[in-house]
Amino acid sequence: KKLNISHSQITRLYSRFHSLDKGENGALSREDFQRIPELAINPLGDRIINAFFPEGEDQVNFRGFMRTLAHFRPVEDNEKNKDLTSGEPLNSRTNKLHFAFQLYDLDRDDKISRDELLQVLRMMVGVNISDEQLGSIADRTIQEADTNGDMCISFSEFTKVLEKVDVEQKMSIRFLH
Amino acid sequence: MCETTQAVFTLNYPRIQIPFEITLWVLLASFAKIGFHVYHKITVWVPESCLLISIGLIVGGIMHSLHEKPPAVLTSNAFFLYMLPPIVLDSGYFMPTRPFFENFGTVLWFAVVGTLWNSIGIGISLFAICQIEVFGVQDITLQENFLFASIISAVEPVAVLTVFEDISVHEQLYIVVFGECLFNDAVTVVLYNLFNHVAALEVVEAGDVFLDIGRFFVVGLGGTIFGALFGFVTAFTTRFTGKVREIEPLIIFLYSYLAYLIAELFAISSIMAIVICALTMKYYVEENVSQRSCTTIRHVIKMVGSVSETLIFFFLGVVTITTEHEWNWGYILFALLFALLWRGLGILVLTQIINPFRTIPFNFKDQFGLAYGGLRGAVSFALAFTLPDNIGRKDLFITGTIVVIIFTVFIQGITIRPLLKLMNVRKTNRNQETINDEIHKRLMEHTVAGIEDLCGQWSHYYWKDKFMKFNNRILRKILIRDNHPESSIVALYKKLELQNAMEVLDQMSGDISAAPSLISLHEERKNASKSRKKFLSSDVTNMHELLSKNMYKIRHRTVSYTNKHTLPDDITAREILMRRHTSLRRSLRAGSFHGTNAAKMSQKYFSLPMGRSLNSRFPPRRLVHADGDIESEINYSSIRHPQRVSSKAVMPLRPLNTLKEVASSVNTVDGQNEEQRGCRRSHLGSNVSRSGHLTSHLPHGSSRNCSDGDHDAWVEEPQNNSDVQHPLMRRPHWLPQKPHDK
Repeated sequence: KKLNISHSQITRLYSRFHSLDKGENGALSREDFQRIPELAINPLGDRIINAFFPEGEDQVNFRGFMRTLAHFRPVEDNEKNKDLTSGEPLNSRTNKLHFAFQLYDLDRDDKISRDELLQVLRMMVGVNISDEQLGSIADRTIQEADTNGDMCISFSEFTKVLEKVDVEQKMSIRFLH
Repeated sequence: MCETTQAVFTLNYPRIQIPFEITLWVLLASFAKIGFHVYHKITVWVPESCLLISIGLIVGGIMHSLHEKPPAVLTSNAFFLYMLPPIVLDSGYFMPTRPFFENFGTVLWFAVVGTLWNSIGIGISLFAICQIEVFGVQDITLQENFLFASIISAVEPVAVLTVFEDISVHEQLYIVVFGECLFNDAVTVVLYNLFNHVAALEVVEAGDVFLDIGRFFVVGLGGTIFGALFGFVTAFTTRFTGKVREIEPLIIFLYSYLAYLIAELFAISSIMAIVICALTMKYYVEENVSQRSCTTIRHVIKMVGSVSETLIFFFLGVVTITTEHEWNWGYILFALLFALLWRGLGILVLTQIINPFRTIPFNFKDQFGLAYGGLRGAVSFALAFTLPDNIGRKDLFITGTIVVIIFTVFIQGITIRPLLKLMNVRKTNRNQETINDEIHKRLMEHTVAGIEDLCGQWSHYYWKDKFMKFNNRILRKILIRDNHPESSIVALYKKLELQNAMEVLDQMSGDISAAPSLISLHEERKNASKSRKKFLSSDVTNMHELLSKNMYKIRHRTVSYTNKHTLPDDITAREILMRRHTSLRRSLRAGSFHGTNAAKMSQKYFSLPMGRSLNSRFPPRRLVHADGDIESEINYSSIRHPQRVSSKAVMPLRPLNTLKEVASSVNTVDGQNEEQRGCRRSHLGSNVSRSGHLTSHLPHGSSRNCSDGDHDAWVEEPQNNSDVQHPLMRRPHWLPQKPHDK
């Protein structure tokens, strides 16, 4: 298991998993997630929940749960120089970026289209921005990132445009170590 | 013959004097409050307490020059019995329960141990100062020093909370500060009484000291238990008030006040009693009472608490000018110094000790905020003013307290914002940030916030679960009436649903005929977006501005409890919820029209039953669907379109179906709609389509069976933001217990 989460954390998260699992069948369904009120008013709540469920499934077991959470482990310094031939750990920068990318890219075609971008933007923004304004923001976003002219943001373009952002720190949760 | 002449006009002032004066004072204070918000930038830079004190000073000056005495409002009785309870009730009622319990240990630690540390530290150092002959205060005994120290160690971090909010300090910090303020009021009052009692004794023996310490705990715990008891009794009573809604708020107030008074009777901590009472009863009461009562309760509590606090600060200003002061440079300045010093030290030391136990440790910036944000406030002032007269240096103490309060409120209150901002200086220059940066960063922040919430930060699951089980099985049955009240969100959704249905009906005919043009419109759009737009730099700055102003902040709910002087509002939460519906709804329709046209149709943000989630679950029993290849999967998913169902939305779906037929070649199944009606809770799901065959890249809706099993747990409507934090207790209610009996 390349999860590398400490034992105490695993126990803690297991008890959390267990307390969320109202049906007590060892797996969480989407309702179980939706029951968390903070997620309800998180603008990206749906997408986050969706990220836990692999393609076409609607139950996630503990392993899957941990796997997704493992993306948010902080990156330890000594890991940064780790030899990559053993496969990248889930919390590597690339994988974190990929997680974020997939929040946009619902249809999993490895491209963020203008519409997908608009959708997410709309979710994150208040009611005061009109559609045209949002549209131009989306256009500008794509313009900044798009290097091959296909009016979509591919994963490599996404990575490139965020190269100055400290993704490792932003996409980490302090207590998952 | 009597010579009574009846004058035509008489003035009988003495009769109305007292109520009249009270009313005038309160009105004056309210005008002051109104006045501040006229120029709202003031309140950003200057905390409200400052302003109030200033106005008080002005009024005091006026009164002094007119040789009037201020009303004797601040007698011990008046303060403790009338003015303090509303303030404390306000804090207790609006305390966000869940974060509070999650940080319970920390809060208690800072409140109790911190206050003790402060009091004892300041007391001892001041006593040391007293020994120095130069200052001429040798007559102040150790007990009296402790008394004074306990008075000036009560902090009130209201001002700092608003600053924290702007700088987006971690949520944990709010809670600790908030909780600390609340509890250290209780601790201070207890200590005050303790030391008061001790100060009166001529000789203090060791036995007395231990007795007093033991008393301290008895008082604290007693207050808590008492409060909890009253809380439950209130909740129980509200169970039966279904027919007499008008008096529901009254019951709440009466019970809380009663808790306070009876606790005073037994000389246990009345503040703790009323706070715990408010905390426990809130959860159950808000389920039992009607929506209107709920609003009334909240408003009244806020109002009375606000007025009370305003008055106290106001009087602070007035009294500063009008009383006889006794000034002693050494003592007072040192008192100030020690107050600041000990608080800083205290925070440092205490944080070091407790950090290992916290899941999210406090860093240096947090500590600075905590320490520097320790403004003194209303309680200190009142306590000083109500010192018994047998304390020799009472006037000195009052002066000292006033100095400390004014210093902290003005100097610290005004400078804390720039200081914290300075410490939080962003490394990247705003203008160099690309739009991408801004958007994606915010996305990441929301994601992390969501995941953190998902993980839950509470480590004591065992107790929580136990309590929840107990709660659900026993308490709820006893204390809550059965029918579920309609919350504001439910009412809102109902209204919007109705609106939506009617609106779509209106659009129906228009849409059908417009069908072809929709497609061409789409083509147009496509072409338009192909041409590269030129963005001027001014456009870009506009965009930055737009985004920074309009993007939802992380966990916006913190606003609800950082501003003590306003009611919590759930507008943002509602917006987000509605929006989630809208985007899903839009995506549904969009799926059928290649994506972009939905934006035209649903300009207004209508809601759908809260089932919406990007749910890929296929209830196989619903649709007969044998093969799993892509073709059928697409059929599947597009068939599902109409099936996002609220029974009301079924109607609007009809026209959509026909339109879809124009747009794509899929045969929709109308009949499927029928099935869904029976379903009490249908959810929107979306299926990630294998986009090969569909022109749209957007998710499709798919419905899901409602599991009749547990329909009580659903997304909670945030009645107010603090409720959303509830989950410690609250099993979320689901709104559409409403419609589906169709």
